[in-house]
Amino acid sequence: MALELYLDLFSQPCRSVYIFAKKNNISFDFKKLSLLDGEQYGEDFGKISLIRKAPALRDGDFCLAESIAIMLYLAEKFKTPDFWYPADLQQRARVNEYLSWQHTAIRMHGSKIFWLRLMIPKVMGVEVPEDKMNAALDDLNSSLKLVEEKFLQDRPFIAGDQISLADLVAIVEIMQPVGAGLDVFEGRPKLSAWRDRVQEAIGKELFDEAHQYILGAQESVKTMDSNKMQFFKPKILRLFM
Amino acid sequence: MATGRLVEVYLDLLSQPCRAVHILLTCTKIPHRVRTMALRKGEHRTLDFTKLNPMQKVPVMVDDGFVLTESDAILKYLATKYDVPEHWYPRQPERRARVDEYTAWHHTNTRPHAAKVFILEVLLPAQSGSLVDEARLNRALSDLDDTLDKLESMFLRRQPFLCGDDITVADLLAACELTQCVSLQPLGGGRDVLKERPQLQRWRSRVQSAVGEAFDKAHGVLYALRDRRRARL
Repeated sequence: MALELYLDLFSQPCRSVYIFAKKNNISFDFKKLSLLDGEQYGEDFGKISLIRKAPALRDGDFCLAESIAIMLYLAEKFKTPDFWYPADLQQRARVNEYLSWQHTAIRMHGSKIFWLRLMIPKVMGVEVPEDKMNAALDDLNSSLKLVEEKFLQDRPFIAGDQISLADLVAIVEIMQPVGAGLDVFEGRPKLSAWRDRVQEAIGKELFDEAHQYILGAQESVKTMDSNKMQFFKPKILRLFM
Repeated sequence: MATGRLVEVYLDLLSQPCRAVHILLTCTKIPHRVRTMALRKGEHRTLDFTKLNPMQKVPVMVDDGFVLTESDAILKYLATKYDVPEHWYPRQPERRARVDEYTAWHHTNTRPHAAKVFILEVLLPAQSGSLVDEARLNRALSDLDDTLDKLESMFLRRQPFLCGDDITVADLLAACELTQCVSLQPLGGGRDVLKERPQLQRWRSRVQSAVGEAFDKAHGVLYALRDRRRARL
């Protein structure tokens, strides 16, 4: 059985796994999962992952959730080039450090902006109060500042001279608020220059392919069935309001 | 083996991830030096510490000039660099993937949900003198309940430890988060978040057995604080 990857490219961690697999010519069965349609709660997907999140991997009998775990597993199994997850102890630690920090920083803050600017107005039919939006923007700005000042500093990439999983995970998260119409690169020359380097290292074609859905989000949200999305109301109330 | 200086760790043992790092160091007998930090005194906001870690958080590890933050990165670094028993962070890809899966999931599940209960029930009232916000606390307890359900039904399903047959760094991270809520419950309230959860209690006992006295050593400061609070009630 071929390697299966369960992905929804609207989701940041799915994009990083997709890009990583494609870039490294890892052959896989793309199993499309629509998160907004609630497909992660289906019985079949439950057999793959009780965590019920995307991305998920199935390699024979072995099932795995969490994008970071998936990429580390693929890196090892397919012996991808060292720079993605360096064997050098300190460089690897730098990558792990970023991958750890980002969960409750850039990932959380970028996601929140996407929901506040785009999804909530669609699902709840209301605009988010200004103070909540400003607080969320402040958080995102703090995280972006740390990316520039602590994780990048003068280096071309987070772990050094070459791209790694840290940069890949960072870029897909940073693109999420961009998909909601917020140009986070404006006024940030250092971040923009890094983004250009990352895009070049990944390959513009693959980068654009992975991001076409999220960058089209503002348009596609207009045609989304808001009735279907009522399902998300309780979660939204808890998380964002 | 490391030559020259000992690895240094900046730890506040009232912090859950600091305890996990402390337990690994003690258990595996990695020579190290602890720099004690008191977050309650704002020691993480000093100019010097901020230079070391702009995120102003603990734990921080310094290994001969190499500065590393984030407890899971630190745990994995230590387990790899030093000659520790392999079970802590297995090398076999599928077994290692299970640990990586838990340590990722931990950030947005066990850690925030356990910490929130502690913050709402103990920390905020202690700092501000205010009463506990019951509505928020109940939501936090419900979120924690969800997490505990998942720990039992997913990670501990058919296995004694979170990632398999043997203890790993994942169990340290999880166990230390859960001791935070348990140890500092007001005596009068009498809540133990693991009270109705024999499966998790058994897991916790297994963790304690596996690490031996390192567990109590890491929790000494927390227990002392708990005892002082109880004595005052």
